[in-house]
Amino acid sequence: MNNQRRTVLKSGSGAALLGMLAAAGLIIPGMALADWNKAAFDAKSMADALKALGAASPADSKDVQVTGPDIAENGAVVPVGVASSLPNVSMVAILIEKNPNALAASFVLPEGTEANVQTRVKMGQTSNIYALVKSGDKFFMATKEIKVTLGGCGG
Amino acid sequence: MGNPMKIRAANKDGVTEVKVLVSHEMETGQRKDAAGAIVPAWFITELVAKHGDKTVLSCEFGPSVSKNPYLAFKFKGGAKGEKVTVSWKDNKGDSRTDEATIG
Amino acid sequence: MVQRMLKTVVGVALAGAFGGMAIAQDSKVADELAKYREALADGNPADLLEVKGESLWSEKRGPKNASLEQCDLGLGPGKLEGAYASLPKYFKDTNKVMDVESRLVHCMVTLQGFTPAEATRQWYSKPGKESDIEALVTFIGAKSNGMKINVPATHPEEAKMAKMGEYIFYRRSGPQDFSCSICHGQEGKRIRLQELGNLTTQQGAGFAMKTWPSYRVSQGAVWTMQRRLIDCMRQARWPEPNYLADSIIALETYLQKNATGTVMETPGIKR
Repeated sequence: MNNQRRTVLKSGSGAALLGMLAAAGLIIPGMALADWNKAAFDAKSMADALKALGAASPADSKDVQVTGPDIAENGAVVPVGVASSLPNVSMVAILIEKNPNALAASFVLPEGTEANVQTRVKMGQTSNIYALVKSGDKFFMATKEIKVTLGGCGG
Repeated sequence: MGNPMKIRAANKDGVTEVKVLVSHEMETGQRKDAAGAIVPAWFITELVAKHGDKTVLSCEFGPSVSKNPYLAFKFKGGAKGEKVTVSWKDNKGDSRTDEATIG
Repeated sequence: MVQRMLKTVVGVALAGAFGGMAIAQDSKVADELAKYREALADGNPADLLEVKGESLWSEKRGPKNASLEQCDLGLGPGKLEGAYASLPKYFKDTNKVMDVESRLVHCMVTLQGFTPAEATRQWYSKPGKESDIEALVTFIGAKSNGMKINVPATHPEEAKMAKMGEYIFYRRSGPQDFSCSICHGQEGKRIRLQELGNLTTQQGAGFAMKTWPSYRVSQGAVWTMQRRLIDCMRQARWPEPNYLADSIIALETYLQKNATGTVMETPGIKR
């Protein structure tokens, strides 16, 4: 497993080539990125963030899962994921109720990309985490509480 | 510019799993430095992953995504030897693109 | 496997501390903590630093415009595989027992022409200020991944350092009359939710030493063993030793000696 990891490290560094391509004008970094949804990320409350995402009143759904541990040893890095078995999922978002700004991240999933995304977020305190999923033209939601604890010295 | 990303992409049974680790401070804009001054927000706002020319994921991040962001997702298709590229840009206008070969 | 073992250790410790009633609940806590740690292990940000360290190692730098590729970390010039796992050790050329960091700084000074002050100015990172030493140590450490820690401390100078380290480990000092051994000299101790290793046994010392250098989630940075131990001193309210102080190298020698035989798993990731 360690060997595998090391091989991957090596193969992952194709940056030089890309740099050359970029210099040659063949690739423009950051091209075709959509506009960042400032209103949604600036929203303080869950309700405002949902509204800014165009999902004012999502329905609770058993077909949406928030994955993550019940307890995080450190709020600076909390592994969370969203998965859903709903059809035609085109967007998912992660919201943290008690953070200063509720919306942490949103993901647009083109056709062929599975409704299963994992990332890591900061949590200021123990909070409910919400997963928002857009299936067809409807929004669905699920929640899970993650407790943030204070650890020791980190030996 | 930033430091290189670490991108892993592996195909299994027709589905490619991509794991990305990005080197970025992701400052929230709420932290104070030793002198008591607010450290300005500095975070990745957008990240796009492509398989060849096709976008397979586009993300928007706020400052509450962790420092050195991690991302894992899966898309249908992708064959060994093909490329996955990931690009990000941050709120200061910095950007970076790296690529990996599907294994 | 290790996680499972840990859970058992925590479970046993809790049973001892609180009696049977609490076991079910607390083993669930241990399970969830193990889940948290597992989720972080895949995608360790330290890997980003390892890549950076690799390029720093071969980059020509400093007044002498030289790379570190001829640096002798104890197994011969440029030989990195297993070097971290067999440090600290005695070096004839300096007539000193050196750890990975003091030897690396020695190479930056002798091969690249940096002054010791220049080489150590940014010995640990701060937000926005990266540390070359952290990157290099992460890279060097990873070259010992999967190898056994091997610090028998048989050379008389090494034996002396291990003895001095053991003395420091047990010595009570500072305003709280604290020693390392108060927290790390017995089985089944915890601080808040974290189990504390018994560093006097091979298993305990091995579990602690094999994962360094390690990414500290709370600091968003890789910590080297020097930083770990200097910060232990600070947390014990002792005066903080200087970077690369003999007292720290002595403690490292003692701990690596105890841990000898344990397989390295580095870079690690911790809360």
